[in-house]
Amino acid sequence: MTFIPKPKISHPSLPRNELGLTRRDYEGALSTLCAGCGHDSITAGIIEACWGISVRPENLVKLSGIGCSSKTTAYFVSGGHGFNSVHGRMPSIAMGANAANRDLYYIGISGDGDSLSIGLGQFCHAIRRNVNMLYIIENNGVYGLTKGQFSASADIGTKAKKGEVNQQPPIDPVLLAMNLGAGFVARSFSGDKAQLVPLIQAGLKYPGFALIDVLSPCVTFNDHEGSTKSYAFTRENYEPVVEADFVPKQREITADYAAGEAMSVMLHDGSRVVLRKLAADYDPTDAHASYDYVQQHIAQGEYLTGLLHCRPTVATEFHALNRTPDAPLNQLPFSALNPGSRQLEKLMARYR
Amino acid sequence: MTSTDTSHPDYFHKVVDCQWACPAHTDVPEYIRLIAQGRFTDAYLVNRHSNVFPGILGRVCDRPCEPACRRGRVEEKPVAICRLKRVAADHKDDYRDRLPAIPTQKNGKKIACIGAGCASLTVANDLMPLGYEVTIFEQFATAGGLMRTNIPSFRLPAAVLDEEIGTIVDMGVDLRLGHRVESLRALLEEGGFDAVFVGSGAPKGKELNIPGRHEAAANVHIGIAWLESIAFEHVQNVGKNVLIIGVGNTAMDCCRSALRLGAQSVKVMARKPRQFFKASEWELEDAEAESVEIVINRSPKSFVLEGGRLKGMMFEVMEYEFDARGRIVAERVAGEEFYPADDVILAIGQENAFPWIERDLGIEFDKWDVPKVDPVTFESTRPGVFFGGDAAFGPKNIIWSVEHGHQAAISIHQRCLGKPVSERPPRGMNLQSRKMGMHEWSYANDYSMTERRLVPHVSLKERFKKLNIEVELGFTAEQAAAEVQRCLNCDVQTVFDAKLCIECDACIDICPVDCLTMTAAGPEEQLRTRLKAPATNVTQALYVSDPLKFTQRVMVKDEDVCVHCGLCAERCPTAAWDMQKSWVKWPHAADQAV
Repeated sequence: MTFIPKPKISHPSLPRNELGLTRRDYEGALSTLCAGCGHDSITAGIIEACWGISVRPENLVKLSGIGCSSKTTAYFVSGGHGFNSVHGRMPSIAMGANAANRDLYYIGISGDGDSLSIGLGQFCHAIRRNVNMLYIIENNGVYGLTKGQFSASADIGTKAKKGEVNQQPPIDPVLLAMNLGAGFVARSFSGDKAQLVPLIQAGLKYPGFALIDVLSPCVTFNDHEGSTKSYAFTRENYEPVVEADFVPKQREITADYAAGEAMSVMLHDGSRVVLRKLAADYDPTDAHASYDYVQQHIAQGEYLTGLLHCRPTVATEFHALNRTPDAPLNQLPFSALNPGSRQLEKLMARYR
Repeated sequence: MTSTDTSHPDYFHKVVDCQWACPAHTDVPEYIRLIAQGRFTDAYLVNRHSNVFPGILGRVCDRPCEPACRRGRVEEKPVAICRLKRVAADHKDDYRDRLPAIPTQKNGKKIACIGAGCASLTVANDLMPLGYEVTIFEQFATAGGLMRTNIPSFRLPAAVLDEEIGTIVDMGVDLRLGHRVESLRALLEEGGFDAVFVGSGAPKGKELNIPGRHEAAANVHIGIAWLESIAFEHVQNVGKNVLIIGVGNTAMDCCRSALRLGAQSVKVMARKPRQFFKASEWELEDAEAESVEIVINRSPKSFVLEGGRLKGMMFEVMEYEFDARGRIVAERVAGEEFYPADDVILAIGQENAFPWIERDLGIEFDKWDVPKVDPVTFESTRPGVFFGGDAAFGPKNIIWSVEHGHQAAISIHQRCLGKPVSERPPRGMNLQSRKMGMHEWSYANDYSMTERRLVPHVSLKERFKKLNIEVELGFTAEQAAAEVQRCLNCDVQTVFDAKLCIECDACIDICPVDCLTMTAAGPEEQLRTRLKAPATNVTQALYVSDPLKFTQRVMVKDEDVCVHCGLCAERCPTAAWDMQKSWVKWPHAADQAV
């Protein structure tokens, strides 16, 4: 928590994006989280990502539930639309909003408590329905707001601040999402923006449900020795296996990838996600193979990071499945939205 | 690029741009904070410690600090450092009991200073508390040198001079007014002095030898001599049309003095365009505000007389060609133009003159007839004879003279202690945390968006009524209170301890001016290209930490536009960043080990 607001002054030669905006224009209110919280780094990553792909602030919808993580939607893009839902119910709100207006970017911020305990059902069904949104889990393994009890993502054997050892198996959101058929599944670390920012950009552009599970150390309750989600432990055990680059439509792929190691996934607007494998025996486009690979490495105590699974899913995206109109509801004429009382009578008659 | 050695006294000193730019190294942010607290006497004494004449300099300093001020790099205008100095001087209480005591038991060493200007007075100020007996010889009946004779009283009132000079003279200086030194040999041989300091200034105005100069002598005046005559009330009026030749600060004083003596039309004639003017921007502004016309591209050709009396001057109209960097590459005369004048003032520079120094005393002079002076010790080629102020390296300004005086005093003290003058007392640096609590710092760390305040002036109607009406009124209490908050407290340094860093990015994310980056180590030119915001100002240092423990990356800070808000330290969970006040120890004679 900080007592002076961040000064409005900025670096005189801060770069501007296509909209003429600087990074500072994508900031929100000042964070009231603990100093050093991983969530604040993720917030900074989101700011950088939105600025980088020139998201219009008014085209961004920020949704969250309850928890430390869910506070963070207030800390970026203050010009966007925000909604804080009931604990664990953010996916329903995102679903409804997305159904009404498909033209906006949806970014849901949740935590391991909000998504893997109270909101686990909501989380699973948002994946099943393939809602076009970026779903970020700020995963720190503890309930920070209630002073550090183990959450559902705490690993077996990890130690709480006061010394007790967790014995319940964790729910891994990456494996769960792959299992449920998500088309874009990534894991990253709050302390690695070089990896995180392109993932957020790709996830925002991906036409379907995109999950990024971000390891985000709780500096107050879970950053001690014996914790498997501390800064030190994460730094030692995280293993980038697939690098992702987001390449906008207008730009050529210029990065010098060695032959065979790069593959690109085309998105509906002509932009691409370029995947670069760091592990030779890994195929991130194959759902089964990637599931097995990730699971094996978890068993070995390694956090694989990067875009672990990515495939085109346009056909199964929510609006495609439900054959909804191409335009958002607020652009449809009243007559199309409201067929009138005669049509209602007809409909009602069928049930009489 | 290896990790930065912040233990070197210069590293953090450079971050305090104003203090680094000041020849006397005044602790500017410190005194501005003291003003903010209403501690005017304390603020005055912080000033006096380094620059000796805060009241004088608060009005007429050349302000090298202000162009250097970091505030000028994050917004349009620097902090009004100079005018805040005047606030401290105007509102101080009696401070004399807080000056060092003057020993009644003298050390037996006698020092002669020639010329009672700022350099000699500084020497006396530094040596009197050490037990020296200092004698100052002054040709005029008043002390102050060019500060009194060349700076008009509407910019620098006599009362301010009297007070600050009096403080030094009252230390027991033997001030011999009206005593012109005619022979250095006599002084050296018969004076019985252990060291002699020459602070006689650059008292000779440059001549303009063009046709008609000799015939028009009655109405053609050398600028600095003319200002001197005004100061001593020997000149009390001037003709209707006045031309000033030259466009330095002396020219500005001349044109504004002419207006006060009754001139109706005053034109400053400049040979080159405005970007080549030597006068400070604010002095030009003040002159133009008083309806002085500055005419550019006019090169003096001849004085025109009629019936043996000056009628005006003929000028060549100049045209220039510039290269891409704005330098003149070619010039040509496009025509001639006549300007009527009843009086002409020549303000085209001044030089030192030493007709009273015999050339066989062992004091070597160079080909421009200027004595050879060591730039560190200020000693001439004759041991025991020192030069300082304009007498040493030609015309500079008051604040440089003061620093010359400090350095010469160190040399004189060394010499009298029997130590080599080249052995200088060491510089130093102290750091002290400003942390008071979780989110509390013992300085105002919030950034104030306030714009630079403008000093109120006496109305154009009032100011010409008398020659000595001070034009600038000084900041009002409200203005001063606002202006002090514009200071960025650059002396409260961001101090980093790499061992404590857990690489959480919190400092990088919060920094309002994007001056922090964690990146792989590399050479400086390369590092500058991969920072979070471009670091193109190579005059400003990059701080590079030791390798960080998890990733071996380094923390890099571009010092260029840091606003010292302390948010990096406030967001740091491990206190790897701390805000620490730097105390630059710039030694004076009193700091020497005996």
